[in-house]
Amino acid sequence: MAGFDKVVSSYEEAMAGLEDNMTIIAGGFGLCGIPENLIAEIKRKGSKGLTVVSNNCGVDDFGLGVLLPDRQISKIVASYVGENAEFERQMMSGELEVVLTPQGTLAEKMRAGGAGIPAFFTATGYGTPVAEGKEEREFNGRHYILEEAIKGDFAIVKAWKADRYGNLVFRKTARNFNPLAATAGKITVVEVEEIVEPGELDPDHIHTPGIYVDRLIQGTFEKRIEQRTIRQK
Amino acid sequence: MALSREQLAQRVAQELQDGYYVNLGIGIPTLVANYVPKGMEVMLQSENGLLGMGQFPTEEEIDADLINAGKQTVTMATGASIFDSAESFAMIRGGHVDLTVLGAFEVDVNGNIASYMIPGKLIKGMGGAMDLVAGADNIIVTMTHASKHGESKLLKHCTLPLTGKGCIKRVLTDLAFIEIKGGKFHLLERAPGVTVEEIVKLTAGELVIPENVPEMQF
Repeated sequence: MAGFDKVVSSYEEAMAGLEDNMTIIAGGFGLCGIPENLIAEIKRKGSKGLTVVSNNCGVDDFGLGVLLPDRQISKIVASYVGENAEFERQMMSGELEVVLTPQGTLAEKMRAGGAGIPAFFTATGYGTPVAEGKEEREFNGRHYILEEAIKGDFAIVKAWKADRYGNLVFRKTARNFNPLAATAGKITVVEVEEIVEPGELDPDHIHTPGIYVDRLIQGTFEKRIEQRTIRQK
Repeated sequence: MALSREQLAQRVAQELQDGYYVNLGIGIPTLVANYVPKGMEVMLQSENGLLGMGQFPTEEEIDADLINAGKQTVTMATGASIFDSAESFAMIRGGHVDLTVLGAFEVDVNGNIASYMIPGKLIKGMGGAMDLVAGADNIIVTMTHASKHGESKLLKHCTLPLTGKGCIKRVLTDLAFIEIKGGKFHLLERAPGVTVEEIVKLTAGELVIPENVPEMQF
């Protein structure tokens, strides 16, 4: 690597430095826009005791779900975890700690983490189990709870295109949590479908500037569809 | 007769207005999109980052990078925009969505809603529901009036963990359209052929009944 060139040559290099018990923030919504090869590398590496922050936890055999059989995840922060039998088993038996977090709060925790804001007030979750143990305050007659930002030792991100400097473009709803995750990692690793030379992307069309990106790798993707729903012509 | 899922969606659709930005939850709320009145334009918000959700794709149009909040493949309507999850919930939390429609397990006379967890049985998570009920002013909850065993879901106090506190003002069930104010349910309309007595019998929380309770019109 030289200068602003963020490209690494292998997935092993992309996830170098990941150790047991670290916190990983992952982009993706369901199976859409997940960093599937970076997740596979974490499985290969066998890191254990991980805290994973992600909207969902994949399905039994794809996405973050592949980290469950070998008990690599000890804690997950997510908004919705309903698609995964092994997940449910580990959660019910207490092997896996689950912190259910409202989707908008989860997104904002990542955004705040990346933006140097330690905490924020939100009305979301007031008066619910989510508010337990959290500071409450009233502004203009409404109740709010204090939510703390999240930062990760690693952030793993899937984008569509990047230039070698790590400027990122996402595609359609595969964007979701990815730009937020990208800002919140001490080390942010991004995998993309295509890497182009600096200058080839229109600066006005870049979703995530390269300043947030530490490592970049080009991969091939299965892009599995969770709910294939079609209309008849 | 209790309303069918389609009739529930049709009745909700009567509350749409031209130019509305609308968030539809999973299940019955999704069906509302099928009954947008002709000549009316509404823009559907999907909280995973799409404003201007179109219909389901044809086999040829399927795109793994384009899904809705229920993880179903969708298309984009003309004039759609795409954004990240923080931006999506800025719209929702910031009160920019004109109408939110979502399901529930229970609501009570104080406008509390429980919709995301049945302890020991079902722990899937709240997804975006807590943000939606906290951020929206105009919410319609759609649900069945009672469980299969005849237990009311319109309660004095919710028994399940809450999704939101004091945030629900209107509930459409398969039997009735109900407003919540002043710590009571108020009966606005009844499903065609359903009597006030039937509704009273299946409503556990205090229900105010006006002299005239019109039938829903379709």
